[in-house]
Amino acid sequence: MTKKGWKDLPTGGIITKAGSALDFKTGDWRSEKPIWDKEKCTSCLMCFIYCPDSSIQVKDGKMTGIDYDHCKGCGICAKECPVKVIKMEMERR
Amino acid sequence: MPRRALTGNEAMAEAMRQINPDVVAAYPITPATEIVQIFASFVSDGLVTTQFIPTESEHSAISACVGASAAGARVMTGTSSQGLALMHEVLYQAAGLRAPIVICEVNRSLSAPINIHCDHSDTMGSKEAGWIQIYAEDSQDAYDSVIQAIRIAETVFLPTMVSTDGFIISHCMQGVEILEDKQVQDFIGPHRSAYSLFGGAPITVGPLDLQDYYFEHRRQLMEAMNTSLTTLDAVNKEFKQKFGRGYDIIEEYKTEDADHIVMAMGSTCGTAKVAIDKMRAKGVKVGLIKLHVFRPFPHEQLKKALSKAKFVTVLDRSDTASSMGGPIFVETRAALYDQMPKILFADYIYGLGGRDIDIEEIATVIEKGEKMKLQGKVEKPLDYIGLRE
Repeated sequence: MTKKGWKDLPTGGIITKAGSALDFKTGDWRSEKPIWDKEKCTSCLMCFIYCPDSSIQVKDGKMTGIDYDHCKGCGICAKECPVKVIKMEMERR
Repeated sequence: MPRRALTGNEAMAEAMRQINPDVVAAYPITPATEIVQIFASFVSDGLVTTQFIPTESEHSAISACVGASAAGARVMTGTSSQGLALMHEVLYQAAGLRAPIVICEVNRSLSAPINIHCDHSDTMGSKEAGWIQIYAEDSQDAYDSVIQAIRIAETVFLPTMVSTDGFIISHCMQGVEILEDKQVQDFIGPHRSAYSLFGGAPITVGPLDLQDYYFEHRRQLMEAMNTSLTTLDAVNKEFKQKFGRGYDIIEEYKTEDADHIVMAMGSTCGTAKVAIDKMRAKGVKVGLIKLHVFRPFPHEQLKKALSKAKFVTVLDRSDTASSMGGPIFVETRAALYDQMPKILFADYIYGLGGRDIDIEEIATVIEKGEKMKLQGKVEKPLDYIGLRE
C-alpha cells in the first residue's frame, strides 16, 4: 500500500473511512514465524484457544491455517501444541 | 459605536457574549476568573445560548473543549498561569487535532514562589504547543483580538490564545469601543472546523498514529503555522477596513528613521512609547516594535522591520531558562542571524511576578543602548530592569 504524503492526508489525523482497521496488517513486526504441519495436526484447537491474536484459522471445527497478516510470531501456539506440529522459524523477508 | 468603561476581563467576556460560542468549559483562576464568571452570568441571564460546563480542573476544562470542538461546536474558554500549565498536555492535543478553540488567557507568573501577578512565563511555556498566540496591549486590543481570533482559528484550524497582562490589563478600566452584536456575528460568520463527528459519514478522531503517519501529521501542523501569518494579516485588514481599527502582526512606532529599536509585548508597549517620545525629544533616533503575535513567530516581518537597525533593545517579561535570555530576544536574534550588517542586541528581563516597569527605567536602557551602539559593542547581552542586587 502506497502511503500518502502530508499534503494528501486528512487534517488532524482523523480517519475518514469506517472499518479501516481491516486494511491494517499488523503482522509485519514478526521476527519468528509459526510453520504448521497440516498432515500431523489433530485439530485439537489448543492453539486456537491460546492464540492472543486470533490468528489461527478454523473452519467446521478443523484448523485450516495461520493468518500471517496478523500473527505476531509470539510462539504460544508452538509451545502449547500437544502433538508438536507447529514449529517456529526465523522470519525471512 | 458605543464606548464603555471596561476592564480587560470585562472586555473579553463581552466579546465572548457577542460571539455566543456553542460550548464554554472552564475552571476559575486568578486573574482570569472574572472572564468566565461574567460569561456564566450571561448564560444564567439567557443572553447567550452557550452550553456552559463548569469542570473540576483546567485539565478537564480544555479536555471538554477538545471533545466539543471535535463534535463541531464553536468552543471557548478562559484561564491563566497554573491553569494553562495544567492544560499543557491537552493544548498539544487541541493543536494536533486541529481544533479551532479560542482561549482568553491572562498572563500571570508561574509558581514557585507563588505569585498571582503578571509576567509572560505561562504562555511562553506553551509556545511550542501549536497554538497561535496574540498578546494584547490594552482592553480594546483584547476585545478586538478575541473577535479576530475566532475567524483566524476557524480559517487555519489552529487553536488560538489571546492574552492580556494580569491585573495591568485584566483588572484596569479603560474606554472600550464595543461593536454591535450583529457586526460581530457577521464578522465571525458561521462556525467552521476541519471535520465534525456529526458531519455525516462516520470518522475516527485521535487514533493511534505511529512511525508511519505521525510525522506527516505534525508536518501538516507546521505548515498550518507557516501559512497562518497570511490569514492573521488578512483578518486584521478586514477588521480594520470594517471597523476602523486593527493590530498589525508587528506594530512599528516611530521606526522610520530609527537605528535603535526597542522590542516589547503587551501592556509595556504603551509605557515604552512614552519613553521613546521622551528620548526622541532629546534627539535620539529610537523606535518601538510591538510584537502583537508571538506564534507563529513573525520572522520575515521582523527581518524587514529591523533591516535598518544598528541596535536592538529587547524587553522580555519571562526567561527561557536557557541562560541565553528571554524568548523574544532568543528568537529575534536567531531570525536575524543572516542579516548583514550585524545588529547589536541587548536583552533585559523585567517585570517578573508583576513588578512594575516605568518610563524612566525604559529611558535608561535606551540610553545604555545608545552608548553601546556608539562603542560598537555590547557589554552585557543580558541584564535586568528593576532587580535588586
